Amino acid sequence: MGPLKWALLGVLLSASLFAIDSVELRRNQPTERISGSAGDVLEDDPVGRLKVFVYELPSKYNKKILQKDPRCLNHMFAAEIFMHRFLLSSPVRTLNPEEADWFYTPVYTTCDLTPNGLPLPFKSPRMMRSAIQLISANWPYWNRTEGADHFFVVPHDFGACFHYQEEKAIERGILPLLQRATLVQTFGQRNHVCLKEGSITIPPYAPPQKMHTHLIPDKTPRSIFVYFRGLFYDVGNDPEGGYYARGARAAVWENFKDNPLFDISTEHPTTYYEDMQRAVFCLCPLGWAPWSPRLVEAVIFGCIPVIIADDIVLPFADAIPWEEIGVFVDEEDVPKLDTILTSIPPEVILRKQRLLANPSMKQAMLFPQPAQPGDAFHQVLNGLARKLPHDKNAFLKPGEKVLNWTAGPVGDLKPW
Amino acid sequence: MKLSALQQSYLNRRSNSFRGSAQLDSAADGSVKSPAAVFWLVLHGVCCLISLVLGFRFSRLVFFFIFSTSATNLYTAPFRGAAEIASHLDVRSTPVTVVASSTSRVVVGRHGIRIRPWPHPDPVEVMKAHQILERVQREQRALFGVKNPRTVIAVTPTYARTFQKLHLTGVMHSLMLVPYDLVWIVVEAGGVTNETASIIAKSGLRTIHVGFRQTMPNSWEGRHKLESRMRLHALGIVREQKLDGVVMFADDSNMHSMELFDEIQNVKWIGAVSVGILLHSTDSSATIQREGEEESTPMPVQGPACNATNKLVGWHTFNSLRYAGRSAVYIDDRAPVLPRKLEWSGFVLNSRLVWKDVDDKPEWVKDLDELDGAGEEVESPLSLLKTTSMVEPLGNCGRQVLLWWLRVEARSDSKFPAQWIIDPPLDITVPSKRTPWPDAPPELPSNEKMSDGAQTQDQQINKHSTKTKTPRTRRSRTKRRHDTKVIGVQASTLSVSEQQN
Repeated sequence: MGPLKWALLGVLLSASLFAIDSVELRRNQPTERISGSAGDVLEDDPVGRLKVFVYELPSKYNKKILQKDPRCLNHMFAAEIFMHRFLLSSPVRTLNPEEADWFYTPVYTTCDLTPNGLPLPFKSPRMMRSAIQLISANWPYWNRTEGADHFFVVPHDFGACFHYQEEKAIERGILPLLQRATLVQTFGQRNHVCLKEGSITIPPYAPPQKMHTHLIPDKTPRSIFVYFRGLFYDVGNDPEGGYYARGARAAVWENFKDNPLFDISTEHPTTYYEDMQRAVFCLCPLGWAPWSPRLVEAVIFGCIPVIIADDIVLPFADAIPWEEIGVFVDEEDVPKLDTILTSIPPEVILRKQRLLANPSMKQAMLFPQPAQPGDAFHQVLNGLARKLPHDKNAFLKPGEKVLNWTAGPVGDLKPW
Repeated sequence: MKLSALQQSYLNRRSNSFRGSAQLDSAADGSVKSPAAVFWLVLHGVCCLISLVLGFRFSRLVFFFIFSTSATNLYTAPFRGAAEIASHLDVRSTPVTVVASSTSRVVVGRHGIRIRPWPHPDPVEVMKAHQILERVQREQRALFGVKNPRTVIAVTPTYARTFQKLHLTGVMHSLMLVPYDLVWIVVEAGGVTNETASIIAKSGLRTIHVGFRQTMPNSWEGRHKLESRMRLHALGIVREQKLDGVVMFADDSNMHSMELFDEIQNVKWIGAVSVGILLHSTDSSATIQREGEEESTPMPVQGPACNATNKLVGWHTFNSLRYAGRSAVYIDDRAPVLPRKLEWSGFVLNSRLVWKDVDDKPEWVKDLDELDGAGEEVESPLSLLKTTSMVEPLGNCGRQVLLWWLRVEARSDSKFPAQWIIDPPLDITVPSKRTPWPDAPPELPSNEKMSDGAQTQDQQINKHSTKTKTPRTRRSRTKRRHDTKVIGVQASTLSVSEQQN
């Protein structure tokens, strides 16, 4: 144990030398920089590397919808609204579309909320289609590339498939008009219809101020081994279990409900954020969709995320080495979760905690207002910048048409 | 329970729920004519009956195969043949085999809930997890806690009495939790006794147990004086053995918070913390006003007073005028026990202050020997200092109360079994007067002889046939105060107390 202890001290010392200054999230913990090219990418500055033109759409596509229901600013799909606001005042914005590399269409498709606050996606395809028709009619830039240099933010459950139910979403597929565009979405699952090649995965929106008001002192000892709060069975829609979360959450409950190491329940405690800061591992299992804001919360609060979602694509996967930060558990290995977690060597756990403590890591998961360097907005721009220059076949020859404007379910063709 | 939930969910799915299944929707299109409506109604009834009989999943499967035309077939692969489903009606037992579809390894649809054969915690893993937690917390302490923690030297004056075990065990448990090195100096009035030694031996801490020649007097005044002298004696031991660390005074009936031990590590030479005074008072509704304070606080606090720039400007002391004449004089009085103006326990010292021949001792400190010979009582460690301005206020400049002072003692003539071990076990039972046991005699036996701490007695053994109530009669009461919860022993209590008088 002696030489190991010295090695650890050495690593700590070197890690402390790499402490990065960050405006908001500075803590006095030696952190570890994500080594290699992947980690440094987080600090890239997109300004100067790309230019974005923001289409001026009539306010019925964005402002009016928000006025009708201001709850859209607080739910986990709020990234689309905040992205628009960020781009309007960002240095990458250009008012001259001729020099723009990317074109952004501000349409809030996830703002039609039920009384409960859940978004209904039934009108979203029509809304998107109507917006695209508008920009293709009023500006020539859509038609010259058929959307290959346009990007859209679609933060809903299954992205541009525009449905909350996976079977239906797969059946619909990605909206045909968006076939060539770049999609910025929260959903990510490998080999899935709703994840297009070249999409940028972003974290779901979590309110930064709210999380920062619940911070507790660093020296509070982490005494909870595994923490989770949320549903195991969606009693309203799938009472038996098996559909919801592909049975993974129910398996967690059934296997570990009486295990003292697992602090799991369906309660909504007021000390949820504080408890996460007192836990070593936080479970982030899939729900109806594989992504969840728990990942963001775990990263902010320094709790190692345990991701139980087969084939999930995590946010900014090309910039953040999630394998080194979180623990990935296959859904079929859930009954062995306690064995898996207790067999991780303590040095690995400490290293993951150091990586999580890196302020640039936490910044990259947030959408702060006003925007700060290294935050999620900038990571999106970095991702877009990395896709430049555009492919040769992005620009169509005059008269060439690729998109089928009448494809898709009949209901989508109705005007919005 | 499960079946009714299934029925409920079946009905839910039939209605337009938010994420309802679409499988039966196609069954409900276009019925405008009344015979058709009747037909559908009848069919609905038949469907309900069938589902009641066969169970939810099987009936749904039947309808699925009859009515479904949608392309959801592709992805509901787990819906195998009816026979297989029938054998898998208990969903939880088997995992589903994942169909490798061409697009994805992951299949949409109903999956089994995987439960391992014995879904209970494995003790080996629990131990490993605790080791991981311990390692993580050690790392946290190294990163965020106190750097270079010093040894804590706890000084406790005590004497053997009824409540000693109660108080000393409390202090002992607090000290056992301290994450730093600890030396516990226990000074006992009346000499070293086995009673005390047995209590502190259980701590596992490094203890120095010394005796003090004098016995503890019966008055609070005398007790305070003797305790001060005992503490000075302990400081003499620190000096003699050149113990290095932070000296704190852990009186045996005080209550310490763990943050106290973290906070005192920050002391340079001498520090003061705020002490909450819990007055043991019979009139509990009294609100106590601190001298010079605008608002009335429910609990008096002794400690340093700071101005806005966090500099020490004075002291909050206890205002005993309110209790003039009503306070306890003797240890077993029932009146409130008052603290001194400034309790010893609110101060912490760097042990080097009491060493002799130390070069870097500040010049505003008197030598310990000067206090020894002094005739007057040393009221607080402030007497060690020539000037009190160098005291460091701790605990966010006294705003945090880190320990509480409380004095509760039994009657001075109360008797208790030695080391609180009752040997041989009690075999007297006194039937309760108020329970409805039919053969309980209406009167209690009244001849009880008490002997001083002795084990034997010759009381009437009155065993009850069915139940026995553990008696409280053989040993005398520790407090004369009524405990009305004890049923039926009133008479014996009274007789006992009479005998004591």
